[in-house]
Amino acid sequence: MHNKTITELAKDLREGKFSSVELTQSYLDRIKKHSELNCFITVAEDFAIESAKMADIKLANGDASPLTGIPIAQKDIFCTQGTKTSCGSKMLDNFISPYNATVVEKFNHSGAVMLGKLNMDEFAMGSSNETSFYGAVQNPWDTSTVPGGSSGGSASAVAAHLTAAATGTDTGGSIRQPAAFCGITGLKPSYGRVSRYGMIAFASSLDQAGPMTRSAEDAATLLQTMSGFDPKDSTSMNKPVPDYSMGLNNSLEGLKIGLPKEFFSEGLNDSVARVIETAVDEYRKMGAEIKEVSLPHMKLSIPVYYVIAPAECSANLSRFDGVRFGYRCDEPKDLNDLYIRSRGEAFGDEVKRRILMGTYALSAGYYDAYYIKAQKVRRLISEDFKQAFSEVDVLMGPVSPSTAFGLGEKTGDPIEMYLADIYTIAVNLAGLPAISIPAGFVNEKPVGLQIISNYFTEPHLLNVAHKYQQTTNWHQQTPKGFE
Amino acid sequence: MMLTAEEVKKIAYLARLGIDEKDVETYANDLSSILDLMTQMSETCTDDILPMAHPMDQIQRLRSDTVLESDQREHFQSIAPQIDSGFYLVPKVLD
Repeated sequence: MHNKTITELAKDLREGKFSSVELTQSYLDRIKKHSELNCFITVAEDFAIESAKMADIKLANGDASPLTGIPIAQKDIFCTQGTKTSCGSKMLDNFISPYNATVVEKFNHSGAVMLGKLNMDEFAMGSSNETSFYGAVQNPWDTSTVPGGSSGGSASAVAAHLTAAATGTDTGGSIRQPAAFCGITGLKPSYGRVSRYGMIAFASSLDQAGPMTRSAEDAATLLQTMSGFDPKDSTSMNKPVPDYSMGLNNSLEGLKIGLPKEFFSEGLNDSVARVIETAVDEYRKMGAEIKEVSLPHMKLSIPVYYVIAPAECSANLSRFDGVRFGYRCDEPKDLNDLYIRSRGEAFGDEVKRRILMGTYALSAGYYDAYYIKAQKVRRLISEDFKQAFSEVDVLMGPVSPSTAFGLGEKTGDPIEMYLADIYTIAVNLAGLPAISIPAGFVNEKPVGLQIISNYFTEPHLLNVAHKYQQTTNWHQQTPKGFE
Repeated sequence: MMLTAEEVKKIAYLARLGIDEKDVETYANDLSSILDLMTQMSETCTDDILPMAHPMDQIQRLRSDTVLESDQREHFQSIAPQIDSGFYLVPKVLD
């Protein structure tokens, strides 16, 4: 039963082929069996079985939603009342949230069963899941490689069939890049589509939660539950939520696809480029028109991002001070010592580097030169996309310049790690929706195709992804040993 | 641009962030490399461009000033490192 999509599982649950308790237990057994992947920080076994029992009652009463009884797992960045929320950090190793994130509330309300909390880069800062306080996560396609990050536990768990689906968050590519590395479907919605309430903030103007699933169809089901206006999030957009599943099968005849030439320039691995070109050909066969476009400021997205994200992170992470919750150092001699040592002892290296960078960029004398300048260039990057979307319906390109790299391969050089985010970051700066779908393999490692669409056109984005998954079977591949 | 060890220590203090003496040089090198990356931005003219703070340029929403939450002090303080009589305890600030 662990090989099925959510749509199939929902049907089987209704037909009584198995109960939610049986389904949940089968996933819990798999999580235990494959614990070496290190996908989970917390497995909520008792909570999951209790929720599954309740779901079975709802199913029996005919009072079920599409997710009722479906086992899912939450990235450990979402606050869950009563279950530890660590955000991958020693700082929150003892943190039991007193409230639920809106996303978690919505899943609970839908009757989905939460299996546990997934491993991630510390405070979502990283592209390999190696900055987690709880250790690195393995990629099931090749356990000597990284699953990507920061939602590495989510991607690895979905790929290894340890959960039917997972949540992720994407600040600079943290859903799409691990989805690509692990051969699953990962959607970053438009900024403001999914509530950020109770989702531990990294860079508030960039962070957005989304689904990580085995297919675009499943992503539509999860997004339906996750989306919507939330008065508790001041950046949430008050726009109606469309039906994400309704238009999945719409024809792509006449679809205008733009290939930004900057996505295919130096730095892109040749084999990855060929996989992307083959995928684009598949769309051509479906009746799409292909056109080259340009995003001239895209190369500046890395410097812009590494000003804005650390600046916002340094402000957001000032709340971790050892006073109200989280880690506190032993025997502080005064208040400053309490702050300095609590933060110094509980934050990891990458988080410290970004707090330092952000503090510097925001400090007196540098604010205009770095932060304001970055916000101005950010607008230019966003204008490039506006121009492109006046010519085409969607943009396509790679998610990452390479396939999954080796564990430990890039940890020595933070800049090299940052540069690999080149194809994903600009989308966050502009606040656009984008999806990564499996498009093939290079040396038995998955390659992700990135599709970017205009603001709040997720139904169209999912339609474009789903049609590809109707004519190809890359998304149905399972890593050896995890069948 | 090269940051000195003293500058790194000053930034760390501003952030109230403890860093090991032995790591100061590594942070100085890393931050300097990141700052070098930033210089690419200065080559682009942004004279008449408005800074972009929100992807949708949305204005901060206001709500009516009505009480929505009930008092949950004990609930929230149950996870605090140290409290006394409903207050968070920190080392003595005033003599």
